[in-house]
Amino acid sequence: MASDLETFPVRNGEDVVRARQIVRSRAMEVGFSLVEQTKIVTAASELARNTVIYGGGGEMHVERVYGGPKRNGLRLTFEDKGPGIADIDLALRDGFTTGNGLGLGLNGARKLSHEFDIWSKPGEGTRVTITRWK
Amino acid sequence: MDRIPILKLEDVLLVSIQVDMHDQLALTLQDDLTQKIVTTRARAVLIDISALEMVDSFMGRMLGNIASMSRILDAQTVVVGMRPAVAITLVELGLSLPGIRTALNVDAGLAVMREVLARRDEPANGE
Repeated sequence: MASDLETFPVRNGEDVVRARQIVRSRAMEVGFSLVEQTKIVTAASELARNTVIYGGGGEMHVERVYGGPKRNGLRLTFEDKGPGIADIDLALRDGFTTGNGLGLGLNGARKLSHEFDIWSKPGEGTRVTITRWK
Repeated sequence: MDRIPILKLEDVLLVSIQVDMHDQLALTLQDDLTQKIVTTRARAVLIDISALEMVDSFMGRMLGNIASMSRILDAQTVVVGMRPAVAITLVELGLSLPGIRTALNVDAGLAVMREVLARRDEPANGE
């Protein structure tokens, strides 16, 4: 059983793989179906990569959440103290990228989640929180 | 493991991705494959992703790159064995892998490949 809030470093490519594995095992513990697990693991992979590439590394927080007596979910927060995002609306558009990716990461993670929250301030960093309910 | 092995079977390069790939490993595979297409004069590349539990936009792009690069080098790429949950997630993510030929498993992939190669080898008619 996952404790309520856990924190993991997200600093390099191997941490991205580890983040996927942690999210997979927590999603199984929450009782997500295989498709639900795959969706949240994929969203986590996109966000973890963003944390490394654009944020210069940061942390992932994993939290099991309870939305009601029978409603369990998983909430993931990716946080960095990198350069931040100047225009969040633009960054959320499919195809927008300042790196050399497809520009599907951020919006892709949003599409694969039930709740999505982003905070970013130029010069201070970025925090993205996603929640997926069972 | 810092390299994914590439096997050569006649004129086909066979890759089976059995590990949860970090991005650098995916990039290395892309480079190795393009090199190997040239050195072995392979005419086709078959990539088995049945062991992959997820494909995100980075891996999707890597598969697309491999397909494009091999096409330029006169080789055909077929991606086989995608898990249903991975396919569902990819489409929801907005990635439909355009330009990548797929098949359900290695056998079906080889059949697709033989067909494509045979069609390509037919002399042009009526010229």
